[in-house]
Amino acid sequence: MSGTSGTYLGMPAFPVAARDAVRDETLRGNLRHATHTIREKRAKAVAELDDWERLRAAGRDVKERTLRHLDHYLVQLEEAVTAAGGTVHWAADAGEANRIVTGLVQRTGQSEVVKVKSMATQEIGLNEALEAAGVRAYETDLAELIVQLGDDRPSHILVPAIHRNRGEIRDIFVERMGSWGRAAPAGLGDDPAELAEAARVHLREKFLRAKVGISGANFMVAETGTLVVVESEGNGRMCLTLPETLISVVGIEKVVPTWQDLEVFLQTLPRSSTAERMNPYTSMWTGTTDSDGPRTFHLVLLDNGRTDTLADEVGRRALRCIRCSACLNVCPVYERAGGHAYGSVYPGPIGAILSPQLRGTGSEVDASLPYASSLCGACYDVCPVAIDIPEVLVHLRERVVQGGEVTRNGERVTIKPAKGHRGERAVMRAARWALDHPGALRAGQRLASRTRRVHPKRLPGPGRAWSDTRALPEVPEESFRDWWQRTRGGDR
Amino acid sequence: MSGGRERVLARVRRALADVPRDERPRDVRVERGYRRVHGDRTTVQTVDLLAENLADYRALVHRVDASGLPRLLKRLLAAHGSRSVLVPPGLPPGWLAATDPALALVPDREADTAYELDTVDSVVTGCAVAIAETGTIVLDGGPDQGRRRITLVPDHHLCVVRVPEQVVGSVPQALGRLVPGRPQTWISGPSATSDIELNRVEGVHGPRTLEVILVDGGTDV
Ligand code: SF4
Repeated sequence: MSGTSGTYLGMPAFPVAARDAVRDETLRGNLRHATHTIREKRAKAVAELDDWERLRAAGRDVKERTLRHLDHYLVQLEEAVTAAGGTVHWAADAGEANRIVTGLVQRTGQSEVVKVKSMATQEIGLNEALEAAGVRAYETDLAELIVQLGDDRPSHILVPAIHRNRGEIRDIFVERMGSWGRAAPAGLGDDPAELAEAARVHLREKFLRAKVGISGANFMVAETGTLVVVESEGNGRMCLTLPETLISVVGIEKVVPTWQDLEVFLQTLPRSSTAERMNPYTSMWTGTTDSDGPRTFHLVLLDNGRTDTLADEVGRRALRCIRCSACLNVCPVYERAGGHAYGSVYPGPIGAILSPQLRGTGSEVDASLPYASSLCGACYDVCPVAIDIPEVLVHLRERVVQGGEVTRNGERVTIKPAKGHRGERAVMRAARWALDHPGALRAGQRLASRTRRVHPKRLPGPGRAWSDTRALPEVPEESFRDWWQRTRGGDR
Repeated sequence: MSGGRERVLARVRRALADVPRDERPRDVRVERGYRRVHGDRTTVQTVDLLAENLADYRALVHRVDASGLPRLLKRLLAAHGSRSVLVPPGLPPGWLAATDPALALVPDREADTAYELDTVDSVVTGCAVAIAETGTIVLDGGPDQGRRRITLVPDHHLCVVRVPEQVVGSVPQALGRLVPGRPQTWISGPSATSDIELNRVEGVHGPRTLEVILVDGGTDV
């Protein structure tokens, strides 16, 4: 076992959560079905564009330009939004953002808001903050509704209720809808169309009476002050156009320089995420418009760890992410472990590089996330903004093991290296988990030529001392999958 | 609040200490080697592709010449069983000239509440531009399209596209034609969800029926 364990580097907290998930047959079945379905559809949608690689490179370039001059673009954005009738607020952390939004809602005198799915507001725990202030936040995305009614957590960026099957969803609707508003119709079955209809009716009364809407945004155009929300169901349009007041909470990395830049992302995002040529609805608004849509618009620009991430020259590329979720769907670890094991609103490969940077590697779960990967590189291949996730993972592992200078809450601090034996323990535990579940390493492996480049032969820094004695195996020139089957799969 | 602003901007600037002071945004190269449009198509082929892609995402597509438009709209509204239809202020009056006198024409008024819109069966609009490669129609609040909400709350949307002049091949071409400041809604098929076991279900909150009418040869009837 010691010979092969090193390639699957350790995860102190992740494996514990993952072990439970792997035991859950329903979850695993749902996840496998879902990730494989989207994966195949995505490949087809991408293949329709013969310039995909060039779009991907342009997406990367646009994001790099933005990040390297983020202060410039944020100021430009603020000016444009303000000129168009909006009000811009800046929040350094979650607490500040929650205070700003809560204050804005309270000033409207309303005690409820409708929300369109937004990862930024999940990240800061806005619903809980509003609840504490006596404001009820209704999630209106079907999957978020399922999650909210089920008193559950999302497990996938794009399909947050991917871990629930139709029977479970029916039960949740029947049991819980009544206490949140209009009850599910009598005799509700588990046909997806019937369930969607129940959600339509349940949510419509909320949309029609809503006075305050809360959203995130997929893009903000610095040059024009335009915000863009990409969606499928129409709940986004409802939240963005019917209320009198709209509050958008958006991470500072979502800015793009120009209107023209949208031509890249509006081609790559839908195909990467829902595997569609175009998603059913895209809304774009610039400040407020006379007699069309909300009369008041507030934009809350959120830092919350993003500038700390930006301060790391390697790690900052995680901020290019457009949240398409393609990397989740190809990840063999995610497929087996599910989204919840990542202990964050950002699951899968992107979560493994983003969460430890946004939150620091102080906690065990965050320190373990850079290890929640087999470094197979499939995530990099599908990423529409070409984030080399394995490279960032290795970089972050180095930081966990080696310690060093990082930025936390805007201050330079020196973190201590994880103690050698702690790191080692983590590796052993994770290896055990991986060996118990060889399927975790099975699907979608790429050829080893690339894999080998990012597999550290030794752990860097202080980790080296013990990795030397353990001799991390060199990954052979066959595919990772074949290699795995030959070395481990044969035993079973 | 301004405290937050200065703090965030200062953090951004500190984080970018590695970026040379004299580097300007445009010094960071963006290689735009991608295509302006995919494939070489005649105008007729572009319109055909639009029809094909609209239908692929379950919009109901109709083609008609200008003189036939009023009768087609009458027929489609009747077939849907509509008793009322929302009408944007600048919709060419001729379009609805042939409809059943019993059909209530509801103007797009600011004062109407969402509840009132919810009682209307259908809406008829024009569009700003349509994109063939993606099967998308774009509304930008122009006079023949009205406020965003009128194409959202009613359950049946009839959208008229003037072909070929309103049709472009690709997303880059569409963005070039649109005015950023206008509120926009890009629509590609009726609303849908795949949230339940990834089964696509059409019609969640937006109009469950989207009918797109491609009209040839001038529509100022
Ligand atoms: S990291 Fe790349 S592939 Fe993963 S969600 Fe972000 S943009 Fe998509």
